[in-house]
Amino acid sequence: MNRATIDLWVGVFVAIGLGSLLFLGLKVGNLSMSSAGETYRLQAEFDNIGGLKVRAPVKSAGVVVGRVSDIRLDSESYRAVVSMNVDSRFKFPRDTILTINTSGLLGEQYIGFEVGGDSELFKDGVTVKKTQSAVVLEKLISQFMFNKASEGDGSDKK
Amino acid sequence: MVVNVLRRILESLGRRVTSRLWRLGFAARFLLATLLHSGTALKRFQLTIREIYFTGVLSLIIILVSGLFVGMVLGLQGYDTLQRYGSSEALGILVALSLVRELGPVVAALLFASRAGSAITAEIGLMKATEQLSAMEMMAVNPIARVVAPRFWAGVISMPLLAALFSAMGIFGGYLVGVQLIGVDEGSFWSQMQASVDFREDIMNGVIKSFVFGVIVSWIAVFEGYDADPTAEGVSGATTRTVVTSSLAILFADFILTAFMFRG
Repeated sequence: MNRATIDLWVGVFVAIGLGSLLFLGLKVGNLSMSSAGETYRLQAEFDNIGGLKVRAPVKSAGVVVGRVSDIRLDSESYRAVVSMNVDSRFKFPRDTILTINTSGLLGEQYIGFEVGGDSELFKDGVTVKKTQSAVVLEKLISQFMFNKASEGDGSDKK
Repeated sequence: MVVNVLRRILESLGRRVTSRLWRLGFAARFLLATLLHSGTALKRFQLTIREIYFTGVLSLIIILVSGLFVGMVLGLQGYDTLQRYGSSEALGILVALSLVRELGPVVAALLFASRAGSAITAEIGLMKATEQLSAMEMMAVNPIARVVAPRFWAGVISMPLLAALFSAMGIFGGYLVGVQLIGVDEGSFWSQMQASVDFREDIMNGVIKSFVFGVIVSWIAVFEGYDADPTAEGVSGATTRTVVTSSLAILFADFILTAFMFRG
């Protein structure tokens, strides 16, 4: 086989190899979203973050506007401090409440923004105090069972 | 009597360990020599391109076909398990993550070792047996620069491309079975996949893995060929050793790399 044919085949090989990498990056990995330009940093303190993980999405009205970048425990107040990077295209009022929600019954947890009405906006690096903790399903169920049980007691006595 | 037997056992054990260590040291020195003499392979890139043709292009068929079938099997098996929990839409995540993180690099590297690695070993071993390597040295051509380095670099370049092709083909196979055959919703198949596959975390780590495997397989293949006994049995033994050693090395390295990359 002569040199030109070999070059051609190697060229085809490298081209489809890089093409499949591109396919993995764009179609499978959604590269365009994960490297979305400028972000600003927010911090929030929660009593309980449930199963929130680093890289969990931050959503407003269901639209992903950022990602959780770091989670740590404040050793003085024993509250969880969650840092997140939010896309700079989206500005939120200063009285926005941050809640931890679950997508679906068994889905992953994310941070949701309940947008307020203040005219001042969040600044870079600000720590949000108005937060609502994750709903721990076990606690909810046990409370419900406990309430039911005490109701049951009451009706029996009657 | 007993002492003599014991001594013989210990002696043979010691001899084996020393010879292994000696070979390991020689292999490390050989890798260094290959890297130092890579100048020719990169300057006269035509040599490397020729080897990419033999290692990469000729491995395409086996890589593409096995990728397709691995993906299709993943689609079937994954659907069977996921639909019990009513989450068959997560099929895309399952297929994509398992291919991109693990199966793509590892299976492609195993196939590459048996398809291309053994061929490299046999070729260099035969060159040695027919004294072509000594002839080159006589003509003041360094066989490491002229024969070994181009094959080494061709393997290192081909491997990540082959692994990416394997993964892409596997995802396509999973799509064929999952969406076209079984009827998982196409939109959620792709969107859930895109939501949970991260470019840097998953895809780049897969590429790094396949690059490391490429170095390991090519290194073992050229070394076994260069170190082969210059006889027919020597070459066949070296070819077998290439496949066995590189397969074990790939799986071991995969464990180490996975432990580093995906602990979170």
